[in-house]
Amino acid sequence: MIRDTRYRVPVNPFEEYEFDNADEKIEFDDFHLWYGDNHVLKDIDLEIRENMITAFMGPSGCGKSSLLRAINRMNDLIPECRYKGEIEIDDVDINDPDVDVYELRKKVGMVFQKPNPFPMSIYENVAYGPRIHNMGNGKSLDAIVERSLKEAALWGEVYDRLEDSAMSLSGGQQQRLCIARALAVEPEIILLDEPCSALDPIATTKIEGLMRRLEEKYTVILVTHNLQQAARVSDMTAFMYLGEIIEFDRTRNIFENPREELTENYITGKFG
Amino acid sequence: MDKITVERSVFTIFKLLTWGVVSIVAMLLLFIFSKGLPVLSPDFLTSPPENGMLGGGISIAILGTLMVMVLTIVFAVPLGIGSAIFLAEYTDKVDPRITRMVRLAINNLAGVPSIVYGLLGLGMFVLFLNLRFSVLSAALTLSFLTLPVIIAASEESLRNVPRDYREASLALGATRWETVRHVVLPSALPGIMTACILGLSRAAGETAPLLMTGAAYYLPSFSGNIFRQFMALSTHIFFMSTQSPNPDITRPIQYGTIVVLLIIVLTMNMTAILIRSYYRRKHR
Amino acid sequence: MRVTRKDERSIEGALFFSAILAIIILGLIFIFLLREAIPTFYEVPISEFLLGREWFPSSFKDPRFGALPLIAGSFLVVVTAVVIAVPVGLVCAIYIAEIADHRLKEILKPAIEILAGIPSVVYGFIALVLLSEFIQNVLHATYRLNALNGALILSLMILPTIISITEDAINAVPRDYKQASLALGATRWETMRKVTLPAAQSGITVGVMLGMGRAVGETMAVLMATGNSPVVTLNLLRSVETMTAVIAIEMGEVVFGSLHYHALFAIGLLLFIITFAVNLVVDLTIHRRGRMS
Repeated sequence: MIRDTRYRVPVNPFEEYEFDNADEKIEFDDFHLWYGDNHVLKDIDLEIRENMITAFMGPSGCGKSSLLRAINRMNDLIPECRYKGEIEIDDVDINDPDVDVYELRKKVGMVFQKPNPFPMSIYENVAYGPRIHNMGNGKSLDAIVERSLKEAALWGEVYDRLEDSAMSLSGGQQQRLCIARALAVEPEIILLDEPCSALDPIATTKIEGLMRRLEEKYTVILVTHNLQQAARVSDMTAFMYLGEIIEFDRTRNIFENPREELTENYITGKFG
Repeated sequence: MDKITVERSVFTIFKLLTWGVVSIVAMLLLFIFSKGLPVLSPDFLTSPPENGMLGGGISIAILGTLMVMVLTIVFAVPLGIGSAIFLAEYTDKVDPRITRMVRLAINNLAGVPSIVYGLLGLGMFVLFLNLRFSVLSAALTLSFLTLPVIIAASEESLRNVPRDYREASLALGATRWETVRHVVLPSALPGIMTACILGLSRAAGETAPLLMTGAAYYLPSFSGNIFRQFMALSTHIFFMSTQSPNPDITRPIQYGTIVVLLIIVLTMNMTAILIRSYYRRKHR
Repeated sequence: MRVTRKDERSIEGALFFSAILAIIILGLIFIFLLREAIPTFYEVPISEFLLGREWFPSSFKDPRFGALPLIAGSFLVVVTAVVIAVPVGLVCAIYIAEIADHRLKEILKPAIEILAGIPSVVYGFIALVLLSEFIQNVLHATYRLNALNGALILSLMILPTIISITEDAINAVPRDYKQASLALGATRWETMRKVTLPAAQSGITVGVMLGMGRAVGETMAVLMATGNSPVVTLNLLRSVETMTAVIAIEMGEVVFGSLHYHALFAIGLLLFIITFAVNLVVDLTIHRRGRMS
């Protein structure tokens, strides 16, 4: 089922409908990405608005993780990586040489697929980011750690053992710790790369609930290969295939009334 | 003979041979300690040689060995760890051919005989840089010698730190050096410490390079001046057993010196091994 | 404390400098050896240096700088040591890797590491005082300190190297091979002989070469064991002198800048070239093996 789509431009839902109180946060403009000769992302035109959960979904290899990583420039770590086009956050092109990538990564937090807390205490894990960015020490740092752990719905479970090693936590707790760690530096955007794929169903439910709370304050972008999760949790969904965005719309429309045949086939399980 | 008998006899021979070798070494060590331990009185350890080397203690030699070791640490450890960090974390910033040359150089340096390092020390430190026969010349020479060992083992420790930690740190907005300093290095520390201790214990036992860069046959006293000659335990053993006027009379002193040196070296080795196995068990 | 971008640059520079230090040191060794060795050949032709059988550098009237006795001495002692150490090392490695059970391994492996950690001067002392007596009692040789003494102690010294590398090579053989052989009904010894050892062959060769390299470069043990008499001989019971020993002994007696001094550096240069060549071969073997696997 491979169609020769030459860099399609999906319909922009924000131009079709009214979205009150939703400002543009991130905009991709004619964005391409190559790993060596591999054309991983093709002509991405995408607008992401704040205080929403936007999901990127699609089969393996469709480029959703690469798209996510482009937002906090983690792709820079791959030596043979080349790009073309623009990515703007708050109307500033983040790939501009004048941009401080470390500040960017403070503003854009990331949670990874496999929970990866540092081999330090729970406190130190959360305090790592604020320490690096000189956000406080002593009592003010304690306050930051507490706030972050509360926001990540972990405080109640660890408040009396902050000095314990992070490795003593369960998988789900570790992932919430990673979320707390990301929240500690006061980001505006949070990127989650398949955050629940290594977790059991109960931990997954907790984190999905957490995401809904987070969207009130942050711009949340979620990559998932779990269709039901995208349907449950997100407000907007971008369906990707072979490096292109096939369709981007309100989640309800994507799942109940997709425009593209490809999308419909994916949703109904004709390919995965 | 059928196959099983053949196998059994072969395995028995192998077992005997292996344990034979181990027993020989064990017996030699036991013998040495039996001859040397009785000599170790507090007096022996704290007084200098007397009587034209026919009597007295080995305090000067102990002092000399310790001084050279400390100075060697000071030079070799920062440079060694720095190299290892570069090779483990920063090689994408330079031409890969340079990296390959560095690795080739390190491998080859590890195989250079200690006496050749001694010649380098003599030619370069003692003569060319005019540091003369001194603790400093000896320590610089030994640090060159120890460098490859420290670098190779440290790099391996750094590489064993999981990639996840680095990604998480960078994603929080830390720079590469901040990531190395706060996350990677602490994680790799046990392995690095093991490497440094093993390298040092090797340096403590070296003799030939010291002979060529500053070890003296006899010093009545030692002021701790690093620009002057010194005595060392390893060279003392050599001098006493081959150059002293009457090696048979001074045999007890030789055994005593060997035991002191062995205690230092073997303690360091065992510490390193213990650190390594403790942290290996912790990570399982 | 936030590290600025500029600080980050200078840190990277410092780390880079540490790394290329290795290349610098290797270059320095080469340069200084050459610098001090070359003057030898203004007065002693290379052929005489390499092939001359007389090493009398301190003779007044007619000093001779033929290094062949030293080369031959090293050769005799090293080859004998390797011939002894390789089979013994192989046997020990096989035993440790394949036969010994877990508890025994816990004793044996540290024992080998201890063996490796004993300083060479202690080995030299053992050879000088203990081993020579033993050989004397058994063989009643004319010279108490001889090539055999040196070869035996040297083989003990390179044993840990050969054992640990061979052991690694054996452990690196995929378990599948061994299991396939056993499943066909072969005994453990047959499997070892026909499957494991051939598969570990290149690793074992590397171990042997590295052991050889270490043996050539060893100084103190052979210096104290062999009697230090520069003669060209294949008789293990005669005193000989190795390249390493002559440098260590005579450097303390020469006038810096004299022909003798330069000649010793020339021997050092020769030694360096030999060990460098051995290491290069080992490097290339490993590199090629890495690419093929």
